[in-house]
Amino acid sequence: MQSSSDDLRSTSTTPAPRAGVTGFPIVARHDVSDATFILEVDHPLMARAARAGQFVIVMSHPEGERIPLTIADFDRKRGTVTLVVQAVGKTTREMQRTCQVGTTLHGVAGPLGLPSPLGKARTVVCVGGGLGVAPVYPQARAHKERGATVIGVLGFRSAELVFWEDKFREVCDELILCTDDGSAGIHGLVTDGLELAMERYPDVGEVVAIGPPVMMQACAEATRPKGVHTVVSLNPIMVDGTGMCGGCRVRVGERVQFACVDGPDFDGHQVDFADLRARLTRYRGEEAQALAHWEHACRRAENAASDTLVSELPTPAGA
Amino acid sequence: MAAKRTIRTIPAERTPVREQPADERIGGFEEVSLGYDEAEAAREAQRCLFCADTPCMTGCPVSVDIPGFIRKVSDQDYRGAYDTIARTNLLPAVCGRVCPQESQCEAVCTVGATLEPVAIGRLERFVGDLAIANDWARRPFIAPTPYRVGVIGSGPAGMACAADLAKAGCDVTVFDALHLPGGVLRYGIPDFRLPSEVIDAEVANLERLGVRFECNTVVGRLFTIEQMIEEMGYDAVFIGTGAGYPTMLGIPGDSLGGVLSANELLTRANLMKARDFPMYDTPIPLGTHVAVVGAGNTAMDAMRVCLRLGAETVQCIYRRSAAEAPARAEELHHAEQEGVEFHWLTNPIEVLDDGQGNVSGLRCQRMELGEPDESGRRRPVPVPRSEFVMRCDQVVFAIGTNANPIIGQTSKLRLDKRGYLRVDEDLATSMAGVFAGGDIVTGAATVIEAMGAGRKAAAGILRYLGIRDESLAYDALGEPVFGIAPHEHSYVRLRAAEPETSPTHRTAVTAR
Repeated sequence: MQSSSDDLRSTSTTPAPRAGVTGFPIVARHDVSDATFILEVDHPLMARAARAGQFVIVMSHPEGERIPLTIADFDRKRGTVTLVVQAVGKTTREMQRTCQVGTTLHGVAGPLGLPSPLGKARTVVCVGGGLGVAPVYPQARAHKERGATVIGVLGFRSAELVFWEDKFREVCDELILCTDDGSAGIHGLVTDGLELAMERYPDVGEVVAIGPPVMMQACAEATRPKGVHTVVSLNPIMVDGTGMCGGCRVRVGERVQFACVDGPDFDGHQVDFADLRARLTRYRGEEAQALAHWEHACRRAENAASDTLVSELPTPAGA
Repeated sequence: MAAKRTIRTIPAERTPVREQPADERIGGFEEVSLGYDEAEAAREAQRCLFCADTPCMTGCPVSVDIPGFIRKVSDQDYRGAYDTIARTNLLPAVCGRVCPQESQCEAVCTVGATLEPVAIGRLERFVGDLAIANDWARRPFIAPTPYRVGVIGSGPAGMACAADLAKAGCDVTVFDALHLPGGVLRYGIPDFRLPSEVIDAEVANLERLGVRFECNTVVGRLFTIEQMIEEMGYDAVFIGTGAGYPTMLGIPGDSLGGVLSANELLTRANLMKARDFPMYDTPIPLGTHVAVVGAGNTAMDAMRVCLRLGAETVQCIYRRSAAEAPARAEELHHAEQEGVEFHWLTNPIEVLDDGQGNVSGLRCQRMELGEPDESGRRRPVPVPRSEFVMRCDQVVFAIGTNANPIIGQTSKLRLDKRGYLRVDEDLATSMAGVFAGGDIVTGAATVIEAMGAGRKAAAGILRYLGIRDESLAYDALGEPVFGIAPHEHSYVRLRAAEPETSPTHRTAVTAR
């Protein structure tokens, strides 16, 4: 116990709050496709505290917005947490450019949300599609660690976009890859993989599905006839992430719940996905505006840079 | 000294405060009330009768020596006035602006029985602003103690608690879940009512007392209260996490696009600076015709933010009458001046869909007041066949908040049925060394009440730690001793100037 007590005392709790130079250092980065990248962030206390299913709120710079990102992995020995980012809007595309090894994130708050209730099912299928592939990994690992048989079902567009296959094979008893073009694993969607898994393992007691809302809904519909408990991880729009703004409210059964403090995991058979999808599109206009504004600023900066280069060229003789 | 003041000799009229004209101010977020200048403060200070029984002090939740500081303002001893207030209230610039004085000190002012009461809040703000401008924050000599105390939440309760603990020599760290300190002062109250520079100045005052602020730290989730006490070396903990969980409308259509909580609107506008979108990345939904449900201070703030963001019409919907509205009188008045339309005795029953998932209107019904309910206010009851539709494209609800659930989810502390923390009369919770105060104990209340609770908990913590109450000794320093003014011998600096003496935890929290 002595060592663990020393450990907590000597671990940096957080960076100094408002000084411009501090932040949370990015110690590794891995680009898995032209839009998706994985960041490993140094935060020993968070690595200690994180459990499968939790998320963080990230603010990349002081003028930035607070965005929720699911914790895709945590390494208590290295003292790091791993986040997966898909560059789709202004903030995430900017992060794709600026978040390099050696830079810092302005704010990382968490781990937020309730840890996934792991249940007692003997056989569990973990389904990950798109952005959900990475966050389903800690769930698969946690189920494996408690002794369950784990079947991984992962969906990618094609073979060259597959990532973390080795990591999943380590914690899964069977891994079913699904690709849109059939270049790896089975030719089909993750729901096809899920059906296949449920055929092979009739005793599946729980399904964990993480990915775009439409995929999670399809998985929930696939398991509903068999009555297999299906957990989905929701990622609606949030501001504070601590139960204060109510922006992340979702309809689950008859109740309104906050994904940030009551979730993010919910019973997939109870979630009102139509409501979730509608709420996710609330800021589409503003998102487009922010992206256009940013791209314009980037172009201006690039033009200014190239102008400088031109002016620095030696004046041709006789000009 | 001049002849004794009586109700006949003092200026009858309350000194008005200069304000930005309503048509100018709704174009921006500059502060509305400009505050008193020296001449105005001097005139208003003339109106205090210095009553021997000081009713105003009993009306103040933290018992500021109101006649004492007003006397110093009359004598043009502004520094002395500040020291008088700061003995009990560390944040005069904040409280002068946001306290509901009309229901506290000014409500019981003797002058108020005959004339308009003395404008105590405006005088307090005058002194508080001077203190910030002249950097007068009290820096008494502090004898360090070996105790470490963690404060959870940097809102008014946490700040007040941290100040008292630091002055008593504790090593205090304040944790906040957000990326900036200040709590509701920062995310909730807009700049035109409480400029963020005022919060920064008050935070800096605390830092000068040796208090450290650690943001981005969600206590309960990053580490638990049990871990703070058992593993991290905290001798005591104060919980001031507030009641920020918004109450939902609970009517059909309340999850449509364009329906949001006042907390979300205000957090986006204030904390995240969405009003400067796209210079800042956080967007804010812009309604043209906004309906705001509720008539408390939060509702007033939300309405006035909407007007400043460019809403054409802003309507306030409240199921009781104006007399029952919980907002400060000045806020109601400002909202009215700026063009908010009030619909008293009106209750929303359904948010209408425009067919694309967005708000097209609000179905309401008229109410009338019936018998008094358990809060003592007359209960509103629907008027039959009084339904009507109000056209709007955005609905903001500000109908109250509930306890933040995170501490309850992550500790074994005893809660009441509604999720608030159970405390004894010393504000001690069910866990030894852990105290709580503010909205997380009482439910939504005012800034000054939360500060009062923070100070009370600090006193409880000091007793728990066995630290002698030295306030008597400090108070003696309020007057010159041996002909030396107090600031000349009591403003010696302590911890911040000292070399780091205990690297294990001191460097630990500032390493990054």
